[in-house]
Amino acid sequence: MTEIIVVTSGKGGVGKTTTSASLAVGLAKRGKKVAVIDFDVGLRNLDLIMGCERRVVYDFVNVIQGECTLKQALIKDKRLESLYVLAASQTRDKDALSKEGVERVLTELAEDGFDYVICDSPAGIEKGAALAMYFADRAIVVVNPEVSSVRDSDRILGLLASKTRRAELGNGGIEQYLLLTRYNPERVAGGDMMGLGDVKDILGIDVLGVIPESPCVLTASNAGVPVILDGESAAGQAYDDAVARLCGEQRPMRFLDAQKKGIFARIFGS
Amino acid sequence: MGLFDFLRARPKNTAAMATERLRIIVAQERSQRGAPDYLPLLRRELLEVIKKYVNVNPDAIDIHVEREGDSEVLELSVALPEKPNASGATAPANA
Repeated sequence: MTEIIVVTSGKGGVGKTTTSASLAVGLAKRGKKVAVIDFDVGLRNLDLIMGCERRVVYDFVNVIQGECTLKQALIKDKRLESLYVLAASQTRDKDALSKEGVERVLTELAEDGFDYVICDSPAGIEKGAALAMYFADRAIVVVNPEVSSVRDSDRILGLLASKTRRAELGNGGIEQYLLLTRYNPERVAGGDMMGLGDVKDILGIDVLGVIPESPCVLTASNAGVPVILDGESAAGQAYDDAVARLCGEQRPMRFLDAQKKGIFARIFGS
Repeated sequence: MGLFDFLRARPKNTAAMATERLRIIVAQERSQRGAPDYLPLLRRELLEVIKKYVNVNPDAIDIHVEREGDSEVLELSVALPEKPNASGATAPANA
């Protein structure tokens, strides 16, 4: 049984691709066979975050248009045996994707025995985003604790509830989770950033994880190594917790409390 | 907080402001969700027709769709001005 998970948000720059890459790696590390697909046609970036940008020969659109086989377009990860990347086309426009084409690719991945397909949605609510969510079984809505991101997430939740295949078939819709990223516990404690409870209350859905703001996210993307592989970093550990919860494990939320400042920092500020 | 931070004006709790603003706008947007796309246009055209007869405020028309069981109810309410204006409510304006 293949599970299709869409990583979406509405707003751009909140961490969809970072999240897609880390979830895919985390699931593959648990021995699952995983494909991660970039739906952002024209603005390909997942390949860079995954560190396979020089190995892209064929892309998602090539497969949909029958210009190559799916096998030829899937890029095998160098670190994990069971992880594959399908890059977005950099040259075509978003109309190159079609519902039938996407369905064909997803069906073929299911036939090939993939356990998970992660769909990395583009920002916005147009065709690419609509297609990324349409076939999903579960949705992860990436949100920053910031007004425009929270509002856009609510818009996306509305679309997930009505514009997916599961919603149209009327079999209960799709499971939805929030994933808070760029969370800064110090600013939450100081009252100038909304906390986990606030965002959860406003949007009213379960939270899969909270990823603390961390300089390691940038250094990981610089190096093309998904941040989950940096086991030392708080962000990497938080992504690992999120993957565990996705697989049904119970794990307490971490990295929610502000670090205690030393006496020196208290006196002189920092 | 450093030793001299008290000299700076303390900012208000802006996270609470954000939460409050979002609660309101999200509730409002959710109530409009699933409504037909033509509602804003319908509202505008109705307003034009009504304006031929009564000089109403553009905000005076409240229109929304409510679901009651299997049927949908289109609810329209128009707040008329308290005093009829010169052209009167019964006679069409000289437009």
